[in-house]
Order: sequence, then C-alpha cells, then structure tokens
Amino acid sequence: MSSTDSRAAIFAAIRANRPNIQPPLPEVPLFDEKAPSDLVTAFSEMLVKMGGKVLDPQGQDPVSALRAAVAGQGIIATCVPELHGDASLQIRQILPEMDPHSLADVEIGVVRAAFGVAETGSLCLTDDGLIVNTSGYLPQHLIVLLDPSQIVANLHNAYRRPELSTHRYAVFQTGPSATADIEGVLIHGAQGVRSLRVLFCPKQG
Amino acid sequence: MPARGPEPQPRGAIIRGNRPIDQQEAARRFMDAPEHLAMHDQRLWDLRKKRDGQKEIIEEWEDLRQLASDIKTHTLTHLDTYLEQFEKNAIANGVRIHWAKDAAEHNSIVAGILRSKNARSLIKSKSMLTEECGFREAMAHEGITVVETDLGERIQQLDNENPSHVVVPAVHKLRTDVAEVFAKTIGSDPNNSDVSYLTEQQREHTRPLILKADAGMTGCNFAVAETGSVVVCTNEGNADLSANTTGLHIVSMGIEKIIPNLNSLAVFVRMLSRSALGSPITQYTSHFRGPRRGAEMHIVIVDNGRTDRLGLEKFWTSLKCIRCGACMNTCPVFRRSGGLSYGATYAGPIGLIIDPTFNRHKYSTLPFSSTMNGSCTNVCPVKINIHEQIADWRQVLAENHEIPAFKKSMMKAAGALLASPKLYRASLPMADSALRHLPRFVLYNRLNTWTRGREMPHVPKETFHQWYKRTRGVDGKKK
Amino acid sequence: MRVGLFVPCYVDAFHPEVGQATLELLERFGCEVEYPFDQTCCGQPMTNSGCHKESKATEELFVRNFKDYDYIVAPSGSCVNHIRNNFDAVAQTDDVKHVRARTYELVEFLHDVLKVDGFPWAEFPHKVTLHNNCNALRGLNIASMTELRAEKFSKPRDLLGMVKGLELVDITRPDECCGFGGTFSVFEEATSARMGQDKARDQAKSGAEYVTSSDSSCMMHQEGCAKRLGLPTKYIHISQILNGERV
Repeated sequence: MSSTDSRAAIFAAIRANRPNIQPPLPEVPLFDEKAPSDLVTAFSEMLVKMGGKVLDPQGQDPVSALRAAVAGQGIIATCVPELHGDASLQIRQILPEMDPHSLADVEIGVVRAAFGVAETGSLCLTDDGLIVNTSGYLPQHLIVLLDPSQIVANLHNAYRRPELSTHRYAVFQTGPSATADIEGVLIHGAQGVRSLRVLFCPKQG
Repeated sequence: MPARGPEPQPRGAIIRGNRPIDQQEAARRFMDAPEHLAMHDQRLWDLRKKRDGQKEIIEEWEDLRQLASDIKTHTLTHLDTYLEQFEKNAIANGVRIHWAKDAAEHNSIVAGILRSKNARSLIKSKSMLTEECGFREAMAHEGITVVETDLGERIQQLDNENPSHVVVPAVHKLRTDVAEVFAKTIGSDPNNSDVSYLTEQQREHTRPLILKADAGMTGCNFAVAETGSVVVCTNEGNADLSANTTGLHIVSMGIEKIIPNLNSLAVFVRMLSRSALGSPITQYTSHFRGPRRGAEMHIVIVDNGRTDRLGLEKFWTSLKCIRCGACMNTCPVFRRSGGLSYGATYAGPIGLIIDPTFNRHKYSTLPFSSTMNGSCTNVCPVKINIHEQIADWRQVLAENHEIPAFKKSMMKAAGALLASPKLYRASLPMADSALRHLPRFVLYNRLNTWTRGREMPHVPKETFHQWYKRTRGVDGKKK
Repeated sequence: MRVGLFVPCYVDAFHPEVGQATLELLERFGCEVEYPFDQTCCGQPMTNSGCHKESKATEELFVRNFKDYDYIVAPSGSCVNHIRNNFDAVAQTDDVKHVRARTYELVEFLHDVLKVDGFPWAEFPHKVTLHNNCNALRGLNIASMTELRAEKFSKPRDLLGMVKGLELVDITRPDECCGFGGTFSVFEEATSARMGQDKARDQAKSGAEYVTSSDSSCMMHQEGCAKRLGLPTKYIHISQILNGERV
C-alpha cells in the first residue's frame, strides 16, 4: 500500500467509525484571576524548584555580572550582544550557518529567552534566540537572559503569545536537563545542560 | 557465610506465542523479589503522592480534567477534520507527511526515508508508538543502528527488555541491575552502582553516538492542528538533541495525538507532568513547527488499530489517553507486579483496556488483573473511566469465550444456584463442613487458593438466616 | 418506614453478628425492618467475573424479594454499589428502578436518610482506624477521595465521631485498595494476599487496636492477612460499634 492509499484508508475508517456525537470544542479560560502580582518573584521561586538558579548581579550591573560569571570558564557560545567585544573571553559567536555539531565543545551557552512563565519557571527559547538550536542543548551549562517585563502568569497566557505559532522551533525550558530514571534519584545533566542560570536583564534597544 | 550478590531482577511475563499472558505467574516472581518489590512500590507511590500535591496547588484542577476530557471528546469525534487541518498546515511549514495504516508500514516508511538519505544510524527519544511497532527490531533487519537517548529507555534497550512503564521505563530495576547492564554493555565499573556515576556513564557513552548519528527521531505527545506543530515533552532534553543535531528529523505520531489549537495545548501541558511525575512541567516542552534551515522534517502519522478502537462503543474513549502513567502509579496491582508482568506494550490499568484491542486472545487475561477499585479513573487527567472499561472488557471477553471454560461454567453454576433460594440454602450445610469454610464464590473454585497468603475466616455456629429463623421466625416477629 | 434488610451471602455465612447488629440498629431508630427469607445474593460475583448474563436470574430474584420496601439496607458497600450502579443484566422495569434507587449501604442510610445525630448507647474506648471499601468510596461516595480535589468529608467518620471514647487514627495509604476485589481474591491470589498483607501492616503501624469498615468482605480478607502475619489488630464491622457492642 502506498502512503496515499493508506491516507485514504485511514480517513475512511475514521469516518466510518467515529462516534456519532457532535460536542463543541470548549472555551479554555485563562485561569489567571489569582495570578501573583510579583511575577519576577513567582518565576524565580519556580525556577529554583525546578533546579535552575537566578544569577544574582550582587550590586553590579547585569552585564558585568554576566561577564564575571563566564570569565575563565572555557568556550562560551553566544549570540547575545551583551557579550560582544570582550577580548578577554573565549567567545564563539553563534552564526546561522554553523553546523549544529560545532557547539559540542562549548562549556557555557548564553542565550536570550523570548519570555518566561511564572507558573512553571519556564523559559521560552526560540530558534531566533538560539540561532543554532543545539546551542540550548550541547553546551555543558546554560545562562539565559530574561527581560523581567516579559514574564507571563501561566501556561494559558504563554500559549497566547505569538512565538508558538510563528517560530519553527520553540521550547519551554524549565531548569536544567534532569532524570530520575534510576530508582527515582534526581540527577541534573542527563543529556542536555547540567545547569541553568537565569539573569534578569532588560533587552537592549 | 559467602557474600550474597545483589538480588537478581525478576523478568517479565513468559511469552508463549499467542497463548494468553499469565500475568499472575510473572507477578508472583516479582513479589518474590523483596528489594525490587519494595523499591518499585515506594517509588511509584511517591509519584502518586507528588501528583496529589500538585492537585492541591492548582485550584482549577478538576476543571482542567474536565476541559482535557471534553477537548479530547470533541477532537476524537472530529478527527478527520483536525488531521486534515494539521496536514495542510504542516505541509505549508515545509514538513513532509506520511500515512501508515499499521506498524509494518510505519517501519517501512521510516526505513525508506533513512535509505533515501543514506542514513545508517538513528538517535531517538522515547516513543510508545515505536514500541507498539516493534521499531528497533525492524530497523535492525534494515541494518540501521538505533540509539535510545532517554536514560530509562536506553537501559531497557541495552538490557533487551521492553519499557515497564510509559514514563519511567526502567522503574522496575534497582541501581544494581543498571550497574550490571552498563558493565556488560558500555563498560562501566560493575561494582559501582552510584546513581550519579551510572547516569554520567550513560551521558558520556551516548553523546558521541548523538554527535555522529545520521538522523534523529522523536515521538509526539501532542500535534496541534491550528499550527501544524508537534510537541514533545522530556526531562532530559534528549528529544531536542535527537531532533536538532542531525539534518533529518522524523516524528512518529499516532492519529489520536491531534488536538485543535494552542489554547487546548495549554490544558494538556499543565496536566501531563503534574499527573505523571508530580512536577509542574517537564524540563523540556518542545514545539517543532517546521524543519530547521537546511534540514528535513518528516511526520509519519500512524493508525495501527486506532480507527478500529474509535468504533468500539464502550472503549473508544481510551483514545483520550495522553500516556502520563498516573493510572500505573496509583494501581496497587501494578505497583506490586511490575509493568513487564503484563507481557504487552501497555501495562497497568490503561494497558488492560487497550491491549485487548490489539489481540483479544493473547491479552484476554489482563482485564482480570485488577480489583477495579477505581483509583485509576480518579487520577486520569482526561477522565477515562478506566475501571468501568475493565469491567466492560471482562463482559466482552466472557461473551466471546475468551475466559477459561472452568471459570465460565463455575459462574454459570453460581448463577443458577444463587437464583434459587432452595438450592442455595440446601448447599449450605448446617454443620462445620468444609464448604462452610470458604466464601461462596470459592465453593465452586477448584483452585482453592485462599489460604496461601491468608488465614480462613472464623466459622460461626449458625448463619444469620438460621439465627433470624430461630429468634424471629419466618414472620419476623421477635420470639 | 418499611425497610428490607439485605444480608449478603458472606455476611450470612461468616459474620451473622453484622446482620444482627444492623437489624438491631435500624430498629433502634424506629425502622420497621423485615428480612425477606428467600434472599440469596445481589449477582455481583458473576458480573465481577465478566459473566454478567449469568447474574440475570439472581438479580430478578433480588427484585422479587425487595420491590415492596420503602428502602433496602445492606451492611455492604460493594453489594449496594452493584445494585445501584451495575444492576442491569435484568430488564429495567419500574420495580427494578425502584429497588436500585432505594437500596442503601448502612452508613449512608444512617447518615443521609435517617440523618442520625447520636448513638447514646454506644461506647468504644479504643484506637480505631477506618477502612473504606473501594466500591463504597468511589462508587457510592461515602467519603471524599484522596485522588480528587474536593471538599473533605466522610460519612463513616461523622458517625464514628458520635461514639463515646472512640479515637480515630490514620494509616499512611488510606484509600489504597486492600486487594480483596471479589473473585480477584482467589483468581489472582498472590497479588491479592500481598496487597492485603501490606494493608494489614499499615493498619498495625498506625497503632490502631481495631479496624472498622462498613464492608465485611474487605475485612474478612484483611483479617486473614493480619492473622497470617501474626499482627494483633482486631476487625469489627461499623454496625457493631454503632450498635453499642462492648468488646
């Protein structure tokens, strides 16, 4: 059977067998009447619960704090302008034409999230922000810049953002890679990044 | 005394061709391994408790369950419309769509795509559909190397075993079992069963395989008709690695994974990991809407019995299942017998109602491996009436001669006896005869098993009936 | 109020004292109770095994026995659940509908129909843990369930709370099925016994001297498991406590 025949056969079977009722598609409310007023704090608390960390600038401006965090840490892959032009760092600029494998030796990836979700502590990373998608997964560690004004209350709000219907690839990343597949013991860094830090940093320009 | 090695892992049900699975036999072996039993029961009960914790945090929990169920009802009754919409949008996004009627066609389509790209090695994330399709075995015949990238699934692959649970595939194994498997297969230290060590060994061993793979494959948790995107949920980030590292991403998707739109998706993403693991969301919830620049993305949309199931009046709602495994975690039978005791792709309560649709004879015994206590139904995020469907399956199987003849004749005899007060009373001896020692339904049971793990109930001198007659008389007036 | 007393087969044979306590208790509250002599069973064992058709004649007999009562009361949640929710091997005549709607499990009858506000004759100065039969819990909703997000309530706890001296203690997995499961207890004996033993251990660990339940079938199984394990826990039907039985 060719795939076209199978398509026809599947649709015929669906039409023959589908239950003969016509219930409507329910409206999904936003469920955000009781959303916390301080989304940054709510987001940060959930991020920590999910194994992530907030990168505290400790009095410095966020960009200096970021530079301090990556200094001397090996190869840093990034496409964010915040790290441009610092010759003291081993920066590898992520470019669209790069082979995804070329990020395998990277110690820290630095990327910017499109937005955050307070309910779950998730970061929305898109192909635009990652430039090369593997920049979110092949580095050993990830630092994500997040504009504190870009945090939505919950997933219902998140799915109403334009990113999910416009980008070819978007991920809600929540903390680092994790597994509990052996006896339920939680280990970070199963296949993806071993750690994830978030730096609140308004988007420039 | 000689040093005792770690407790060996009990293996799953013995498969004898098309003969009905003896779940109880495998369960007994699992329960005879106390360390495995204790860890398995405790681990899954922990997941259930974490799930309960999430339910308490989310005020709209029961509303979300109802919404999830209603969205699935709507979608399944409009399945053709949404599949067409999905296909149209996915193609517009640059995705190639394939349709497979069954497992064999799925496997042959994937093999064809791989051949056309000269791909010999495939990295993949966990997918229950590919388990259904016997995918790895089929690829081995094609000379294609498949590497599972989910830790639990990888352990199972290296041990030549099926996943025992839809979310935590190696939950029936102790760390010592994993150390043994890894020592044999990836050369780790056989005496080191530290969980961090084992996880790291696997990461280090798999990473080069990921980097040199020719193609990547993922399953699909949800397919969004409105956007033409597929959504994959993992905690390890392995689906993203599998999809994004090579130039070819193949998605294996069952027709029932379709949902109408992103607003619907929000409901399911909020429920999935909370129900499965008691975490608010999986670490990675990935939305693939189209191929990367310079790469290819294919989606194979598979029926494999689903349209048949859609036509089963009492059982079609089982297609709502989002594979969270909550019913397994809460099931007291599953927790004590291990997922492999079911001898089928889907274990536990959801398995009991899905497996017979694949093979009514082979899985005819499974719906009886349940106490029908109803906890599975209560934890189900899409409100499938699992325990009622288990009862309905028992009926279908009994009516189609798929229960043992002695059981059927026993129930016939019981039915006749219990319908006749005279015969029934006559069957109850006045004295302490052996018959009085067992509950009624056991009287006719030649497998007199009650006392293997339990004491018999105390036998009183007279039945209630006799007492009533003696003290009140047939007219009911106190003597 | 004419009440037909249904005494399930295993209560009749193994726990006649439960039938007696139920009868006396209902009479204490002024019910005119009769025990129809030709009763046997509700049909559940056959349906439970998938042999639903085989329960038809038994269901018909049940209806003949009980159709003329205002209420039918049984000290067993699983039988009542069968009658209320699964009793359809028989044609659904008006008599059948009447019987199905009017059959109550003892606790819910006391709680919802009689709305009792005390058991002045009852005193039970012991630590007790409550076991809710799964059918009574999830089929008849005699209490809130740990899986669902809902207001907490428990009809049996409400009643036991009216008994002088009784102290309720909790076990770690309160809603967990004990593994009786009707025919499951014999056909899947190993799993059933293991579940029962785990339940019995959990109950013993709670420090309870007594386990009580509105269902004798679960307790018959649990008691058998506890005895096999050598645990000291004692088992008593809720009707006996509420009827003022002293131990």
